[in-house]
Amino acid sequence: MAPPADAQLQLETVRLTALYGRRAVVKDVSILFPAHTVTALIGPSGCGKTTFLRCLNRMHELSEGGWITGRVLLDGEDIYDPAIDAVQLRRRIGMVFQRPTPFPTMSIYDNVAAGLRVNGRRPKAELDAAVESALRRAALWDEVKDRLQRSALALSGGQQQRLCVARALAPEPEVLLLDEPTASLDPAGTQRIEELCHALKTRYTIVIVTHNLQQAARVSDYTAFFYLGDLVELGRTEELFTKPTEERTEAYITGRFG
Amino acid sequence: MSARRLRRRFVSGLMTTLVAMLSFVAVLALALILGYLVAKGASSLDWSFFVKNPVPAGQAGGGVANAIVGTVIIVGFAALIGLPIGIGTGLYLAEYGSGRLGWIVRFVADVLNGTPSIVVGIFAWTWLVKPMGHFSALAGSVALAALMVPMIARTTEEMVRLVPHSLREAALALGYPRWRTSLRVVARTALAGILTSCLVGVARIAGETAPLLFTALGNLNFSTSVLQPMQTLSLQVFTYATGPFDEWHRLAWAAALVLMALVLLLSLSARWALRSRHGAAR
Repeated sequence: MAPPADAQLQLETVRLTALYGRRAVVKDVSILFPAHTVTALIGPSGCGKTTFLRCLNRMHELSEGGWITGRVLLDGEDIYDPAIDAVQLRRRIGMVFQRPTPFPTMSIYDNVAAGLRVNGRRPKAELDAAVESALRRAALWDEVKDRLQRSALALSGGQQQRLCVARALAPEPEVLLLDEPTASLDPAGTQRIEELCHALKTRYTIVIVTHNLQQAARVSDYTAFFYLGDLVELGRTEELFTKPTEERTEAYITGRFG
Repeated sequence: MSARRLRRRFVSGLMTTLVAMLSFVAVLALALILGYLVAKGASSLDWSFFVKNPVPAGQAGGGVANAIVGTVIIVGFAALIGLPIGIGTGLYLAEYGSGRLGWIVRFVADVLNGTPSIVVGIFAWTWLVKPMGHFSALAGSVALAALMVPMIARTTEEMVRLVPHSLREAALALGYPRWRTSLRVVARTALAGILTSCLVGVARIAGETAPLLFTALGNLNFSTSVLQPMQTLSLQVFTYATGPFDEWHRLAWAAALVLMALVLLLSLSARWALRSRHGAAR
């Protein structure tokens, strides 16, 4: 079942096709991401879910040969419109990657402040407040508040990933894209990130790519199942997992392929 | 079965011994050079060697203060000219050099890297010394810089390429413009590596003699004017070692030792810089 039509629109793809050269890896996908919801993208490796995610903040076009057809609407505005500056756009859409990617030469503080500083100078007090607020939202503040000037590499993997979440949150994005954010974390780290998803959706629209079906079931409101570049099924998470309408969805979630 | 195993062990042992011996020969060369330099030169190293200028031929005493200062000036100017160009080129090659232009630049740098330094000297002579009408330290610096640029460019490129792609993506996803990603995140992460390549490059040109013969020429007097001929340690060694006086030969050994120590020091700092980077990256 599609999300209710009266939900406030935040992000939407319309017949989005993503290509590398002449090879389409995402085909004609239309999804609506209502504001303040978590949508999980699931599917076997190579099904195009990460590429799809990278289209949402125009990272796909940075890959060799990457281009798209169709539209991606953020608050009704086509982000692929020639008048839109991709660099500016990415400041409105935060992204967290599979592996933690703290900037190794920067302190914890500077890592979180990086996305703010790139947007112009601002008073130190304001920067301090924004950094603290972002670290609090990423549930990392208490662990690092006494060593903000230390290297980000001194943190554990799970802490580094939450630091990356804080870094993505600091510029106050509207949308948060998570690309398998727990793939390299232990169960405790995974749980922290999942709890974050719940806490953060009150303020952000979240799209999460995951290989872990239990994770999708735990954190998301909606789930989209991709297979070979096609969007097979999209629906409320509990419905998609309990009574999928598509044969292939059922086969995948019951572990019969993928 | 067991005969084959025995044979295998024998060959393995033989090869290990062989490569160990070959590495010993390689290290031996350095040890011999260093040892001989120390034996021949160390006794001449005293305070006046470092602070006095050469005395007229045939007289005893005198030092190489002019050559030490000259080396610092000429190599310093060469670094000033060569490092920015080399680092910039290396950054360009690593970050934007995937196209045709990058291929051409890379090819040219590789060819320049293999060019004998004396050829570079002749070009500096033709283009700088001849038009200016006289030899100058500056022409020497330019020649050394020309030797340094391709070397620095290629090593910087290698160092920048070591920065994981995921870091670039993380910066771009945060809304960093491409140039800012290259400078603030990528180049900064590769900084220790770039510094290392600079030190190695400087060490490599500090001992160059051939290109300076046509350009800086050498000068037995103390001079700090970059538009005039200037002495360097390498030129001093050349002049003294080929001269007829025993006193000169003695000073040549000492100057060679100082030059060698300088190069060794630069190489060691390069090692240290690289080590500290690996230390930082856990």
